[in-house]
Amino acid sequence: MRITNLLNKPAEWMQGGGPESDIVISSRIRLARNLRGYPFPGWAKKELRAQVVSCIRPVLEEIPEMSGAFAEEMTHLSALEKQVLVERHLISREHAAKGPGCAVVINDQQSLSIMVNEEDHLRMQAILPGQQLITAYRALDQVDSELETRLPYAFDPDYGYLTCCPTNLGTGLRASVMLHLPGLVLSDQMTQTMQGASKIGLAVRGQYGEGTDALANLFQISNQNTLGAKEEDIIAHLERVIEQLLRNEKNARLKVLEDRAAMIQDQIGRAYAVLKYAHIVSSKEALTHLSMIRLGCDMNVFPTEARGIVTRLLTAIQPAHLQITASTKLSMEERDVLRAEIIQENLKALTPPDFRGIIQHRDNENE
Amino acid sequence: MKCDNCKISKATIFVSQKVGDKFQKVNLCKQCASEKGIEDPTAYALVEMLEGMGKQMIIGSGATRDEPICPDCGFSLTDTKKTGRYGCANCYQVFRDRLDPLLEAIQKKTRHEGKVPRPCAESLVLNPLSLENPAAIENPEIRLSELRQALSKSVEGEDYEEAARLRDEISKVEASYKNC
Repeated sequence: MRITNLLNKPAEWMQGGGPESDIVISSRIRLARNLRGYPFPGWAKKELRAQVVSCIRPVLEEIPEMSGAFAEEMTHLSALEKQVLVERHLISREHAAKGPGCAVVINDQQSLSIMVNEEDHLRMQAILPGQQLITAYRALDQVDSELETRLPYAFDPDYGYLTCCPTNLGTGLRASVMLHLPGLVLSDQMTQTMQGASKIGLAVRGQYGEGTDALANLFQISNQNTLGAKEEDIIAHLERVIEQLLRNEKNARLKVLEDRAAMIQDQIGRAYAVLKYAHIVSSKEALTHLSMIRLGCDMNVFPTEARGIVTRLLTAIQPAHLQITASTKLSMEERDVLRAEIIQENLKALTPPDFRGIIQHRDNENE
Repeated sequence: MKCDNCKISKATIFVSQKVGDKFQKVNLCKQCASEKGIEDPTAYALVEMLEGMGKQMIIGSGATRDEPICPDCGFSLTDTKKTGRYGCANCYQVFRDRLDPLLEAIQKKTRHEGKVPRPCAESLVLNPLSLENPAAIENPEIRLSELRQALSKSVEGEDYEEAARLRDEISKVEASYKNC
């Protein structure tokens, strides 16, 4: 597959859908693996990193799961192309910044992506829409099992898969979900939720991982510990917490509706007005309002079909995606104009908010 | 006193090494000391003066002279402490005795319970870090440590012209290593 085909086609997870898709945007599983006999990428000279790439890349392209995949050296990708992959969560920001001797392989649906020589020799990821953690794990586990007989993994019976950083030791598994939690944010319960999660070994972060802001009320929740538990148990633990969080979020939404109905209606109404009629929209402003439109879809203020459009827009309005759409480099001012255009175009069919639905929604949920 | 290493020659070099909170004393003959990269201590001061490296003799990037270093990749204990990371899979063997307390703090548990990979054909295991492999000779850590040993030898032999040449070579290797 060529890079242009990949860039022009949205990733499977960006289309929305999947179980619990009103709150769960996407599910991701990541496995870290290394080869015996080579220094880890951060400690390896350019030549040795190149050797690792030439050792791993043909094997990746050979396995059935990755047939027809996009495979490229990072140095052969432009800054813009790399940024698109970051915005799609297909590579990390760290990997985008890497120099020679690093590569990426992405399957056709963009549900599997493999970074070569990120912090570890192999960082493999499966990403699916909605709550599909275990499905994503099964898919990635299959890739891993294909690779283990063809690549000499660094493994220790006591410590499991050996990784550059001991925080990934053992299973090398990071399971995470992206959740849309406007209810918990509006009812000021997010700090409490984050503290609670960290007490039970989970981390809560903003949309693009460590050190990023939680824009659009989107939060990533993932396991912190990778050692001392089976892969399925790590995932099951996270799933149980997600179930509880979904209940909390739904209750928080109802509570906000009870206590501050006018405020919710105002925010949804404003979001509709701005996104339908504004001509200059910054990324932050767009994300804030799209979050409210999405909440409106969940509360029957807008038709539920609109939810998919909003989910797709969350990525489509990011800076690199805009520039790919425009097929030219844009200044910040030009991006804000194009962003407004794209949103207007996509929301053309969206009918004005109907707040009778919100009451129904509340009554239905209360029953 | 006999050398602790070969137990044949007379020990002339006495090294005190701080391991954890304890001091470990090793007595070595000249040859064994040289093999272990420990030269005549009086040469140290001159080397340090020449290189302007301050009090500690540096072997790896952040390594002090007396600490454990991974023989495969040249990563030192100081490096692991500084970065919180390891240099290669073999580092987990070299620094193994320090691992469990660290894991208790960061992972809570210390033993793997999950997936075990099926064995991979041994023929696939390449080891560019073993010394027969040219890649290892290119390894800047190994190259630097060789150069530094040569430097202390030339200083010892009062060959200051050669020492100056080696000093320049070391900074060249260091600079190119930093760039890659």
